[in-house]
Amino acid sequence: MAAHAVVVVGAGQAGFDTACALRSRGFRGRITLIGDEPPGPSYRPPLSKGYLAGTVAAEEIALRPPSFYTEQDIELLPGDRVASLDRERRTVLLESGLRLPYDNLVLATGSRPRTLPVPGASLTGVLSLRGLADAEDLRLRLSGPPRRLVVVGAGFIGLEVAATARGLGHDVTVVEAQPRALARALTPTVSDRIVAEHRERGVRVLLGREVTALFGDAEGRVQVMELDGGERIAADLIVVGVGVLPNIELALAADLLVGDGVVVDAQLRTSDPDIFALGDCARFPSPHAGRHVRVESVQNASDQAKCVAAAICGEPYAYTAVPWFWSEQYALRLQIAGLTAGHDETVTVGDLADGKFSVFCFRGGRLTGVESVNRPADHGIARRLLTAGTDLSPETVREPGFDLKRLPRTPTTPTASPSRTTTQERLSVHA
Amino acid sequence: MAKITYKHPNGTVTIVDVQAPNTVMRGAKLNNVDGIEAQCGGSAQCGTCHVYVDEANTLPLPEMDSVEDDVLYGTACERTEFSRLSCQLPVGDEIDGLLVHLPEAQS
Repeated sequence: MAAHAVVVVGAGQAGFDTACALRSRGFRGRITLIGDEPPGPSYRPPLSKGYLAGTVAAEEIALRPPSFYTEQDIELLPGDRVASLDRERRTVLLESGLRLPYDNLVLATGSRPRTLPVPGASLTGVLSLRGLADAEDLRLRLSGPPRRLVVVGAGFIGLEVAATARGLGHDVTVVEAQPRALARALTPTVSDRIVAEHRERGVRVLLGREVTALFGDAEGRVQVMELDGGERIAADLIVVGVGVLPNIELALAADLLVGDGVVVDAQLRTSDPDIFALGDCARFPSPHAGRHVRVESVQNASDQAKCVAAAICGEPYAYTAVPWFWSEQYALRLQIAGLTAGHDETVTVGDLADGKFSVFCFRGGRLTGVESVNRPADHGIARRLLTAGTDLSPETVREPGFDLKRLPRTPTTPTASPSRTTTQERLSVHA
Repeated sequence: MAKITYKHPNGTVTIVDVQAPNTVMRGAKLNNVDGIEAQCGGSAQCGTCHVYVDEANTLPLPEMDSVEDDVLYGTACERTEFSRLSCQLPVGDEIDGLLVHLPEAQS
């Protein structure tokens, strides 16, 4: 085994999955997982959905029970942070004073929400949603009588919060600076459908509008939002969902190459070959985008973790997994396979009127991604086709009666899915 | 409480006790059974918790709904008549002794 001590900085999905993937591959060295968010690694997607609505409990979002870390001999240090990194001596110094040597360091430091660059942004009642503590705070505020909530930003987080809050009976307004929702992520066909759904449910959606200032009462609690043109909206609560910034400070201080994220190669190595970066904080060469990108998703974190673990175990491969995303808003099941930005042609299949359709996106005649609304088979098959590199022309998709389900199944070559190197034969009881 | 057996492609088996109201997927996660990814966490989005229910199974499993049926079109390994999403199989006394086979790959 190439390495004997691995320190993982960040216990989100990417860091946690790296530790798991190392053990699954048979790595027997020391693994330390440092997270600044107690109690420990948790599953983020429900924080804007079921957890916020109160239908998913805290214990259900823990990625594993506490016994897991002992069983797997993963040293979890929740509530600690890295103070400094010494690349020459290959050690990290934690804020608790602990000094840890490493053979490989893994930066899974994630990202943090952007704040709103307007006066009044630090008033009480102006929140963002990232971790469990944020979600707990917001959940409490939404658990009482109806309130006037304004969501800034019609991205995934903003719209999911809007849908959840509306479902709880709150008065909800969404303000988005772009002329349409999810403009960076989705085609107009799908973003228009999502906005229509919000409006049908009674959410006021304002597009192409800028927030200029927030005003509070004498106690510093937010009361009013002012928009461009001077319009004022009364608000008890404001949730800001205007994107995230990668946490690159540690990498910067250690003189690693950084851009919009920690820059890594195809094997997710930083400019220091002993240090890897993955997940939200990493900027990697994507064969699907044809350039370096940062991707914020569970899939990206999980699949990159396998790649990093393989490299640490001396079996490196290039990260080529097909990106996929999902969102749930009301009864809308939104799924995206591949990267749809940069397409030059789209073909829509299905029925816009009944809300079940998929938008196939092409660039230069090649399929680059599929956005599906309540068409889960299209999503799954599209992911398989994109993984296998199967060609599907716009002409084929345009044919009357075209149905992905009727395509002959092509054998999939999984993208360097790591093989199991350990076996487990045990009887365990989970109480 | 139900005893669930996960059989890996290489023949090894892991047997765990899982309590209601968990699912067969979550039973694997809670007990660190490899081979089930469940990237979407159990919301029938991703198809990476695919299992094959043992051919000889006679235990009562819930009918497959249209979403599960659709998601199973996208699994990494071939879908068969025994394919299910383990996140859609709730655990209770009535499925005590269930045997599921894990596919070679989930993604």
